[in-house]
Amino acid sequence: MIYQLIAAMIGTVAFSVLFGVPRKYYLYCGLIGGAGWAIYSGALCAFGPAESSLIATMVVILLSRFAAIWKSCPVTVFLISGIFPLVPGAGVYWTAYYIVKDQLRLAAQTGYQAAKCAVAIVLGIVFVFELPQNLFLSILMKKKKI
Amino acid sequence: MNNTSDKEVMELALQAGHILLENGAEIFRVEETMERICKHYGVQSSNEFVLSNGIFVTAGNEKEKFYAKVQHIPVSGTHLDRVTAVNQLSREIEEGKYTVSQAMEEIKRIKNMPDKRKIVQILASGAGSAAFCYLFGGNIGGGLIVTVLCSVMDLLGIGEHLNYMIIGSIMPLIPGVAFTNAIRDVADGDYISGAVRMLDALLVFMCIAIGVGMGISIMNRLTGGILL
Repeated sequence: MIYQLIAAMIGTVAFSVLFGVPRKYYLYCGLIGGAGWAIYSGALCAFGPAESSLIATMVVILLSRFAAIWKSCPVTVFLISGIFPLVPGAGVYWTAYYIVKDQLRLAAQTGYQAAKCAVAIVLGIVFVFELPQNLFLSILMKKKKI
Repeated sequence: MNNTSDKEVMELALQAGHILLENGAEIFRVEETMERICKHYGVQSSNEFVLSNGIFVTAGNEKEKFYAKVQHIPVSGTHLDRVTAVNQLSREIEEGKYTVSQAMEEIKRIKNMPDKRKIVQILASGAGSAAFCYLFGGNIGGGLIVTVLCSVMDLLGIGEHLNYMIIGSIMPLIPGVAFTNAIRDVADGDYISGAVRMLDALLVFMCIAIGVGMGISIMNRLTGGILL
């Protein structure tokens, strides 16, 4: 489990290098990615993959927005690399694999699952981005005063 | 305010928008940044219209001279450091730290920011693949082989976790940037750009699936289905 977390963090940091995130933000990207994966795998015990994706995406985006305001830089920087572990890349692969293997029932199943995860991520992003910016500002301000 | 400096301001805003759009910022941010720059330097009549691959700006009314420009911006790679730098610049412009010509110099500097070196990029994509291979259920040995595979483009790594190795190695190809930006554009109400970017992401997803499928079936034919 801990190894998985570390792997998720390394993966996220590697992608942030690929996308040219400034060096000082690598650590935060890694932490956000790791947190997203931890929530995802934790939620898998109780819910299905799609619901877990939804919850994890919402957490990732909440964290990214806080980090963006705290560091005063575009939220995209944290968001794109943080969300990478949750994008159903494996689903796309398995779908293609089963189609080639002529196991169409399994292919339909995995493809449907991957599509559900993608929709869950979309919903997660939309939900959290509709929250007003002032909410985040006021929460952070309160913390700073204490 | 005289006419030449109006023109310079518009040019500055256009270049800032160009860098943002080219390097993977969302439409909303591009429009907002351009508008901020124009308003700060006193061009009240500016209008920006941004699509996923082009920027249209016009300015002009009874008092200010007319200015119009269309710039086509081809889709290219993602450099979030440039987005961050332009964002920082626009904040500092609002605080009044730059004159127009100084800001233009800064924009030019940002435009010529060096890329990460090729070797760093390759290593990063290798490490990312290895990490995701492990994450999706392969073992560390498989991950190492993927790293080697991606780093040296060597085809010798055939292990017991071939599936997970392939998943790991396609991860860097997944269009995460296009996907997330598409959703955010649609959420902001920029439906045209959002739809175009989503189409882009879907096409790449489909190409990955086709590529994987073709690779597997060729290997199946060649080896008689032993490997998979």
